[in-house]
Amino acid sequence: MQFTEQHDQLRETIARFVETEINPHVEEWEAAGEFPSHEVFKKMGDLGLLGLRWPEEFGGAGLDMSYSLVLAEELGLINCGGVPMAIGVHTDMCTPALARFGSDELRHEFLAPAIAGDVVGCLGVSEPGGGSDVAAVKTTAKSDGDDYVINGSKMWITNGLKADWCCLLANTSDGKAHENKSLIMVPMDTPGIERQKIEKIGMHSSDTAQIFFDDVRVPKRNLVGEEGAGFIYQMLQFQEERIYGAASSLKSFDKQIDLTIEYTRDRQAFGQSLLDNQVIHYRLAELRTEVELLRSLVYRCVEDFNAGKDVTKLASMAKLKTGRLAREIADSCLQYWGGMGYTADNPISRAFRDGRLVSIGGGADEIMLGIIAKLEGTLPKKKKPSGPVGNA
Amino acid sequence: MKILVPVKRVVDYNVKVRVKPDQTGVDLANVKMSMNPFCEIAVEEAIRLKEKGAAEEIVVVSIGPAQAQETIRTALAMGADRGIHITTDDAVESLGVAKLLAKVVEEESPELVILGKQAIDGDVNATGQMLAALLGWPQATFASEVEKTDDGYNVTREIDGGLQTIKVSSPAIITTDLRLNEPRYASLPNIMKAKRKPIDAKTPADFGVDIAPRLEALKVAEPAKREAGVKVESVAELVDKLKNEAGVI
Repeated sequence: MQFTEQHDQLRETIARFVETEINPHVEEWEAAGEFPSHEVFKKMGDLGLLGLRWPEEFGGAGLDMSYSLVLAEELGLINCGGVPMAIGVHTDMCTPALARFGSDELRHEFLAPAIAGDVVGCLGVSEPGGGSDVAAVKTTAKSDGDDYVINGSKMWITNGLKADWCCLLANTSDGKAHENKSLIMVPMDTPGIERQKIEKIGMHSSDTAQIFFDDVRVPKRNLVGEEGAGFIYQMLQFQEERIYGAASSLKSFDKQIDLTIEYTRDRQAFGQSLLDNQVIHYRLAELRTEVELLRSLVYRCVEDFNAGKDVTKLASMAKLKTGRLAREIADSCLQYWGGMGYTADNPISRAFRDGRLVSIGGGADEIMLGIIAKLEGTLPKKKKPSGPVGNA
Repeated sequence: MKILVPVKRVVDYNVKVRVKPDQTGVDLANVKMSMNPFCEIAVEEAIRLKEKGAAEEIVVVSIGPAQAQETIRTALAMGADRGIHITTDDAVESLGVAKLLAKVVEEESPELVILGKQAIDGDVNATGQMLAALLGWPQATFASEVEKTDDGYNVTREIDGGLQTIKVSSPAIITTDLRLNEPRYASLPNIMKAKRKPIDAKTPADFGVDIAPRLEALKVAEPAKREAGVKVESVAELVDKLKNEAGVI
């Protein structure tokens, strides 16, 4: 990966933004169980950070993914997982399909204000009955004259409580599961929408909601791209989500290792610093090596993405490895922090709680393994679900 | 009006510097370098003057190795208009810098030179003053507020025991203190615009300036380490320690 002076300057701007505008408030936001997303996004919008890859016509910078990579990496410097996740949902998870397949009218209405930081977006895919199993989505958007009428509910929606719009995946017909879904832009102030906060074990500063849709009416022009192409669009959009997730974890991993080196160097036990125990400095060296390997994989993903290649396999691998490593690093570091690590108010226990999500959100580890196995040609063909005995 | 802003590339203020084992200087290998914070404040002030309509062009000049160009580029991304890079791998002392800047001033004819009061590497605090002497211009050092007037500037200076406001006529030298302003971050559109802004490459020889050092550093050493303190249980214990151990009361 070749970074230019412009990449370096962007890094500098983001790192400073994190240091002065975000990190001083993280403790307060974590305690409050939310952060002022509109305020933070507006500041980021003013710096031109929310539409790095989107067309200039809508306020974006029209750059390639290497710049999004820089954004994600530097946001990993934030002292919690919730805020970088919320930003990532907005920049790289709920906007790619809209930016790529949305009509000009739709992009002016929804994408341009999202890039400016005037509104907060969210993505409505997971449901109470299925998260990673996207084909199992039950929410419907039935045609009624010039409108869709939406019924159903969405679960675990990041930014869900405060979002101004949702890029919603819903069934627009009764056909095959992969061909009957569409992405629809839904303004969140539309009558019939109710939201409920979900309490979580980590990611406290990020607001997560369950959203209920009861006869929610939106005009058909809010359809992103073609009707029935929603599943495909979402699968494409998932690659960007996964690359962002992996990239934004790298510096957080590095930081956990750095903090643990610092802590164990100062902490004395049995007449020497903890760090002088081979088991600790070897383990930390091993983990650092893993982070660098993941970084290389993420960089390769981004290069391939920029070259227009299909990155499904590499992005799934990066996502899988990030989830695995998030657990491994936080668990090892917490162990070396001992009793201090088990207390609530320190960066390692927070990383332990926040990082646990990576193996679940955006497609669970097992889904990633399934995708990789499928592309390896090793996934057994699906058998029909076996019914109870005697059922024909 | 044209403003000239000299900027310096120094060790980033977040870096904990270490002295080289042979005590010849600070170890710069693999150390993060950035624009001197006081220089950033100078760039910011120049941009604000321009935004207020008090200036038309901001020229940034840096003296240093090839990488000093990055520092100029940062200033351009903040909002300066063009750069001059005087390339040298030698360490240039304040007098050498002031002489080079005097030549640049001769070529560029700015009406204001605004620069950091000091660089955080050597903390020498001399370049602005020397430049004023070489040019015979008025100087307003340690500025915490700058106001453009019809024929010059009202500058509020931070001095021991308070603030002093002085009036200088144009052209002038102003050096910046920490509380003058809070520098902006370069926004992405400005970072991309800066890519196309010109940077002139020069050498000290182009200006006919001798930058050979006049000073000789004998030794660079770390300050004495502070010993860890102790916690006392009571006022009585504190008084006892002050009396009997420290012997100060």
